[in-house]
Order: sequence, then structure tokens, then C-alpha cells
Amino acid sequence: MTYSRRKFLRHATTSGCYVIAACAGLMTPGQVFAEWAEDYFSPGKLEQTLDRLFAGADIADSAAISLNLPLIAEDGAVVPIKVSSTLNDVESIAILVEKNPVPLAAIFTLSENADHFVSAQLKMAETCDVIAVIKAGDQLYSARQQVKVTIGGCGG
Amino acid sequence: MTKTKIRLNPKNGKTELKILIAHPMEHGRNRDLETQELIPAHFIKTLTVSQNGKTVLSAQMAGSISKNPYFAFWLKGIENGDLIRVNWVDNQGLSGSAEQRLAELS
Repeated sequence: MTYSRRKFLRHATTSGCYVIAACAGLMTPGQVFAEWAEDYFSPGKLEQTLDRLFAGADIADSAAISLNLPLIAEDGAVVPIKVSSTLNDVESIAILVEKNPVPLAAIFTLSENADHFVSAQLKMAETCDVIAVIKAGDQLYSARQQVKVTIGGCGG
Repeated sequence: MTKTKIRLNPKNGKTELKILIAHPMEHGRNRDLETQELIPAHFIKTLTVSQNGKTVLSAQMAGSISKNPYFAFWLKGIENGDLIRVNWVDNQGLSGSAEQRLAELS
């Protein structure tokens, strides 16, 4: 049988990945947002998504969250964002885009070995607010900033 | 095929982790410009970062993350020789990973 070394390696890595992914899934059963949930990422209004994520709990504005976003994004397909926080006991950081069909962009669950910092790139359908919601010690905190999305460079 | 690249950068007792994944991140509402047919959704659902097999952080996401996603995090308590591994799984069942030992850098 001709089973080349290259082919073997490729198969070994692909199947290896599945095993590791499965293990990673098993290792985090206790975490709040460890599972990908259809509910969180279904289309709807921002308020509905926040309700589904946090079961209607109060979210307080916080100056302890810093958002690093452009004021004007020339390309809504790639909007860089950095979220950091000086809050204690941060469990998760959610990033939402107000007027996207699916408002929730991503939710990060952090262990104690991860600093309270996330950097990512978002798609934005139109000019609107970007919201970061941080869960820290059973409390919810948020910060928001508007980003103007200019399409075709015509100004906004 | 998709490609996953990671880079570790120790600084002031913390370690910066940068992740770059080649992935279309289609949210399923775009149309093919020629055939006018919807391009099927194809996006990364979960991303996991582990240190020596222990999960340090995980992320759930969907099509609102840009194409070819880039992420950066700061990890604490990473020592020389620790193995940092990044795994992701998308909605079509594809997965990818990359790993690096901190000692390889210094």
C-alpha cells in the first residue's frame, strides 16, 4: 500500500485536532460561557441578546473598563478593538455591536492566568455603538463607544 | 485550507499571545456576486487557549468577527518551557491548532 509520509502526517494532525478539541470541551464544564450557544448568536436586537446572555440582570456603566476603538472606521469589515479593565475577578468579556444583525461578536471566558485584556477585529454593518460587557464577581459592568463607519470613503 | 499562526512575546512578567487564523468567517448573509446565491455560513465558533493542557481562556464567536481573525491576549504565570496551545473549531466541523513552547524564544 502506498501511504506516503506526508499523507500520514496530514491525517495524524487532523484527527489529533479533533481529539484535542473534544478534550478542551470536556475540560471546561464549569465555566459559564464554555459552550457555544445558538441563543447568544441568533439575530435580533441588542437588548434581546443582552437578555439572553445575562438573563435580564442589571448592567452598570463602569469607568474601570477601557475601550480602544477608532472613532471613524474607514472599512466596516475590519474594526480593531481592545478591551481592558482594572476590575477585580473578571470572569468574562463580551463584545457586542449594536446594529449588527447578530449583535454578539464574541464572548471571552478568562481564567486567573489571563490578564483582563482582549484584542480582536470586528465587522460593523453601519455606524453604531460598540459595547463591552464584563462579568466580574457576579456583577455586570459595561462601557460603550460609537464608531462611525464610512462606506466608500464618502464621510459619514 | 486554513492556517493558524501564534506568537508568544514575554514582557514584564507577562506573555503576550497573538493569534492569526486564515478563515473566511462568512456569516451566511453575503451573496455570491456572480451567481447571486447565498454563501453558506462558515465561521469559527470556539477558540481555546491552553497552558500545558489547562485552559487559560476560551472564546465563543460568530460571523461578526472579521475575516482572517486576529486576537491578542496577555497571559500571566507562563514560565519557560510551558506549552501554549491554541485550538479552534468552526461551524462546519473544521478545526485547527497551533502550539509553541515559551523556551523556544529565549
